[in-house]
Order: sequence, then C-alpha cells, then structure tokens
Amino acid sequence: MRKRIAVLLTSLALSCALGAGPGATAVMAEETKNASSGNAELVVGLSQDLDNSLDPYQITAAGTREVLFNVFEGLVKPDTDGNFVDAVASEHSVSDDGITYTFTLRDGVKFHNGETVSADDVLYSFETCAATTTNTAVAGALSDIQDVTSSGNEITITLKEKNSSFLSTVSSVSIVPADYADQATAPVGTGPFRFESYSPQDKVVFVRNDDYYAGAPALSKVTCRIFEDANALYTSLDAGALDMALHMSLDQVNSLSNGYDVIEGEMNLVQALYLNNGKAPFDDERVRQALCYAIDIDSILELTEDGHGAKLGSSVYPSFTKYFDESLVGAYPYDPAKAAELLDEAGASGLSFTIKVPSNYTPHVDTASVIVEMLSAAGINASIQKVEWSTWLNDVYQGRDFEATVIGFDAAYLSADALLQRWVSTDSSNMINYSNKDYDAAIEKAQHATDDEEQVAAYKEAEKILSDTAANVYIQDLADFVVLNPKFTGYEFYPLYASDFSKIRPV
Amino acid sequence: MKNRYLLTGGILSTLVTSVIVTGYFWTPYSTTAMNAREKMQPPSLSHWFGTDNFGRDVFSRVMQGAGCSFLIAVLVVLIGCFAGVVIGSLCGYFGGTADLILMRICDTITAFPAILLALVIISIAGSSVSNIVLALGILFIPSFARVVRTQYAGIRDLNYIKAARLEGVSVPRILYAHILPNTLPVLVPAMTIGFNNAVLAEASMSFLGIGIQPPMASLGSMLKDSQNYLTSAPWYALGAGFSIVLLILSFSLLSEGIQVSRNE
Repeated sequence: MRKRIAVLLTSLALSCALGAGPGATAVMAEETKNASSGNAELVVGLSQDLDNSLDPYQITAAGTREVLFNVFEGLVKPDTDGNFVDAVASEHSVSDDGITYTFTLRDGVKFHNGETVSADDVLYSFETCAATTTNTAVAGALSDIQDVTSSGNEITITLKEKNSSFLSTVSSVSIVPADYADQATAPVGTGPFRFESYSPQDKVVFVRNDDYYAGAPALSKVTCRIFEDANALYTSLDAGALDMALHMSLDQVNSLSNGYDVIEGEMNLVQALYLNNGKAPFDDERVRQALCYAIDIDSILELTEDGHGAKLGSSVYPSFTKYFDESLVGAYPYDPAKAAELLDEAGASGLSFTIKVPSNYTPHVDTASVIVEMLSAAGINASIQKVEWSTWLNDVYQGRDFEATVIGFDAAYLSADALLQRWVSTDSSNMINYSNKDYDAAIEKAQHATDDEEQVAAYKEAEKILSDTAANVYIQDLADFVVLNPKFTGYEFYPLYASDFSKIRPV
Repeated sequence: MKNRYLLTGGILSTLVTSVIVTGYFWTPYSTTAMNAREKMQPPSLSHWFGTDNFGRDVFSRVMQGAGCSFLIAVLVVLIGCFAGVVIGSLCGYFGGTADLILMRICDTITAFPAILLALVIISIAGSSVSNIVLALGILFIPSFARVVRTQYAGIRDLNYIKAARLEGVSVPRILYAHILPNTLPVLVPAMTIGFNNAVLAEASMSFLGIGIQPPMASLGSMLKDSQNYLTSAPWYALGAGFSIVLLILSFSLLSEGIQVSRNE
C-alpha cells in the first residue's frame, strides 16, 4: 500500500511541480526607487547567474558579456547599427594596405579606480587578452598581430596579413589597468558604469561612472537581481519589484498586467532549417529549393510567435543593417505546387528525412514541429529527433552526421564575416558541407576588399548565392522582448548581445 | 456495495480505457493539424481541454498521448512480468549459486534510478517507441523477479509440491501449473504497480525530451511544453497532468479493490 501511495504522490508531483515556482519570491521592499533626475536607480531582472570570473577575458556566458558591456570598453566599441565608433581611442585610422592600424588615445580617460588610461595599459591589455582570452575567435585574430607599439598617445598595431574585420577584434579587447590582479572579483574598466558588488545567485550592482568621457549616464545605480527561475522573475516583474527584464518570452509579455512598456527587437540569430548539402537528397539544389517553396515562413511566424520575429532570406540577420539584404526575404514564396514539381524533376518525390533538434531550445523544437506538419501537407515525410545539446554538438555540429536540423547561428564578432565565413567550402565549421566556388570567391573578395563599400557589396553577393542555391531554408530572427517600467525610456537593441544601461534615462 | 475501491476503480478504469481505445481509431480533431487562429483557446464545448500553442485540440492530443502511454505501459509490464516470472521461478525453486548471482544482478539494476538507466539506454540506442518499451521492460524485470522468487522459495517446500515431486510430475509443470497460480495474489498487484510506474516512467522520459518524439503526442512532452504557458494557458498543463493522475489513480484503485475483495 505504501508503495502505491508513493506512486500516486509522484504522479501528482510531476504535474504540480510546474505550478509551484513563482509564489516563492517575496517582493523586494527594501529596493526603494528614486526616479528623480540625477539620482535614478534601475532594478533589472537577470534570468541567469554571471560567470564565476568577471575578468573580461575570461567571460564565457553571453549573459555575463551582455551586462559587463557597461563596465568595459575597447579602443573602439560597436554602436547600435553595427559600426565601430571610438571609445578609449579618440580617433583611429587604417593604412591603405589594411596592415597598420593607428589609434590615438582619448585625453583623460579614467579607469573606475581613478587612474588615467595610459598607452602602457593598452599594450598590457592586448598582451593579456591574447594570452588568456577564452574567446577563440578573438584569440585567433590576435595571434595574427605582428606587433603593437606605442609612442606618446599613439598606439600602432601591425598585422601579419590583412584582416578586414580587425576592428571587431579591437572592440573585444577590453582596456584594463596594467597589473591589476582582481579583475575576476572586482572588475575595473572604463565604461559608463562602475562595478560595485556582486553576490552570486543574488545580485550584481553597478553605479554611475561620473568621470565618463562621453558624459555621465542618467542612471545613478543599476541593480541586477538574479533569478534562476523564469517564473519567479516574471512574477517579480509583474508585481513591480523590477523595472526591467531582458529576453522575455512572447507568452510572458502577453500576460503582463502592470502596464510596463514592451520593446520588441530581435535575438540576432539566423534560425534556419539547416540542410546537409553533402548528403543525398540535399546535395541536389532542386530538392533544397523545393523545401524552401514548401515551407510557409509567415505561417511559422504566426504559429510560433504570433507573427513577431523577422524574416531572413539568407545567413545575415536584419538588425545587422549594414550587411542585410532585404530583397532576399521573399526569394521563395510559399508555393507547394512548385515544390512538388521540383521534387518530381529531381526524382525525389515522396521524400522523407529526419530533423535533429536540440531538446533544450524550445523555439527551435517548436519551429521544427511546425515544419514537419507543413511538409506533411506537401507530401514530404519529415520526422523530428530531439537530442541532448551535447549530442547535437557532437553529432550534428562536429560530426556533420545529420540530414536536417533547426538551430540559430549568432555572430561571434561584429562582422558579416562571423556569419558567412563558416559556409566557405574549406571552413572547419561548415556544418552543412556547403561547397560553392562562387561563394568562396565572394567571401575571399570581401576579406581582401580595400574599402568598406566594396566589402559590403561582396558580402551581399555571397548572401545572394546562399539564397539562389537554397543552401538552407532560412526562417527567422526570433523576436526578443525587453520589458521596461514606463518611468524609464531609451532602451536600444544592438546587433550583438549587449544591454546598454547608459542609454536608459528617466522620463 | 461495500467495496468502494473496486467500484470507483472499476468505473474509472473502464472510462479511461474506453476513451483510450476510442483514441486509437478516432479523435475529435486531428492531433497534429495546426491552426494559428485557434491558438490558446480556453476550454469550451468544442475544445473540452482548450487548445495548445499551435492551435491543436488538447483533448485529442491527450487521447493520443494517453493511448501511447497505455500501450507502452502494457508492453513494458508484459516483458517485465514474463522475464521476471521465468527468472524468479527458476531462482526461487532451485536456489543455489545461480540464484545468488542473478539476484545480485537484479540488486545492482535496482540500485540505479530506473529513469537514469533508461536515459543511458535510449541515448545509446536512439529514441523510438520500441526502444523505450525494451529499455523500460528490461528495467522492470528485477522487481517482478524478486517478488516471484520469494513466492517460489516459500511454496516449493510445501507438502503439495513435495507430493507432486514424489509422483514424478515434471519440473516445468510444477513450476507453472502448480506454483504459478498461487503467486497471483502477489503478482497481480505487482503488475498494477508496474503499470503505474511504467506510465510515469514514459511520461518522465518524454518530459525530458527523450521519449516519444514530436509531432506525436505524449502526456510527458505535453506537460513539458505547457510549462511555458502556465500563466496564460493553465488548461494546457492541467489537461495533461490531470490525465496522468487519472490514468494511474484508476488502475491503482482497481488493484486495491481486487486486493480488498480477495481478503474479504
């Protein structure tokens, strides 16, 4: 009898545990907010804890990078359009051959510890970053530096060979004070906010950097409260204990009842049904095109996100305005008849394949579910296989043992190169085995372009080739929602993972 | 009717079984067709359990999911019970070193949480209904083997078995015609408990994403999906959770009822 009761209890627990979460969080009453100008405090909810180390070169989690964006800066930093603007440097120039970069230090930039930034600090930062960074893309680019020298306020970086996206690397090298040993626990940078304290699983506090060279930000203090449970975060937000929350789901936004502003942006991901171009039947361009015609992107957006999200067309997401080619969005209108025709032509009617999806990413599983249903209406028999994230990395990403998968790719650094280089036929991360000589040539051309315009044109050409050859079925850049107390305004999305608190100000 | 367990259990399990059996042939709506206009509808006369995030009818999917769980659970119990009876009867009747070794193997298997072992088997063999049935079936053998063994070890020295042996009745006949029927009072409750555990195990595996694969409905994966919509569409989670509870409750009550009536 006891055993049977245990069984019953377990079954109840399984169905009820899901409902138990939210109530546990008490409203943080001690967090008195003062919205008067000059002394405004913002309370932000974070859905994941920070990395163990806050050293800018040791950050691995995107969520940590996102908030420490406010503390650290490089010689240049990205703006909301994807351009690089001067930060710790007051101006920068590139030699005509693209080998030598010259930066002039901005006068009187101060670290949060009160010391003035010197050329020695910059040299130290580049050296330390190259030696210790956990970001392999940055480490790779830094290893191609011939040397870094300084004379007075000028820093000169000479590269071994031309690298058209080197500025993005420079922006990733946070300028830190030389020989400061406590970055991991008490980070010191030059950004608009100064790190004050961090207690794991509880909160991280930033205060205004009054000496900031571009003028002190409007907020005097930003407290980021850490919630391991998404429901608890939501409840606190809805109760008004938080002023802002990032990356909210559509469902949470829809059921929000406190009148907070909802700001819609995108996640900066290229979500697609990635097809293994090296494996039959997807080695046939017509079969891939048929899939593009058989999948109704609008329907997917409607079903998974109530029509939010941005359509893609190729391997670059829309917020990357500089490189995004809008004309490719409608390249394959929904046309099941044409799809059937193309499949017939390719001798692949009655096609059947498996989509491997990482089980922990609900948006990708949802999209895959809709695709399967849509394809079955078009007479294509697709099935889903959910796999663990580690299995996905092993089998699909590294092993390339898959027919199709739904996943989102983001940019490791702020350049179209970060999204497009991977489909070059010889690239080690060319998961889909894409092989196209014209494409390789276009990317090569972009990487060796001498001026910006030529480079952008070459990248756009490459995007068009991906679309024409239907390398993948491009779906969407998922919608991303930020919820903000209407007492504040000014939140802006970046084409990379960053939350800029310095732009937020009281109304 | 003094035996309330038997009455409620009987009614509930008949009801549940008939809904499940109907689900194999007919559901009110398609279980896979999506409809953006019907997303997240609360329960109504046309959608008894409401609709989910893709506009699919939750009741239809519950019917299919429960049917799937039911079928898997029955097969798992059959595999576990059959192998368990064979192993348990031989070990219990003959004893000796083989008994010792087999029972220690059973102990070892029991020492691991069933779900964990099933996870390992599924991640190696790949996820499919037959693999789930096999993995769970194997994991359920020890619990049956142990129950059956204890029964056989007790009964083998009783006088009527001794008499049968003296008369030269063959061993298989003694094992399965003379002793087996006398283990039923213990075996039947073990089967219902096994059934309930199997339903839960399948639901848990689907909840973790390694059981039934979408777009096929499963009670566990429905619970998992509904988690994201708890605040705005609680009926989604309730429909799936309630069905698991009902499925297990009805068969638990039934077996309890059978026990009670036997004791009377």
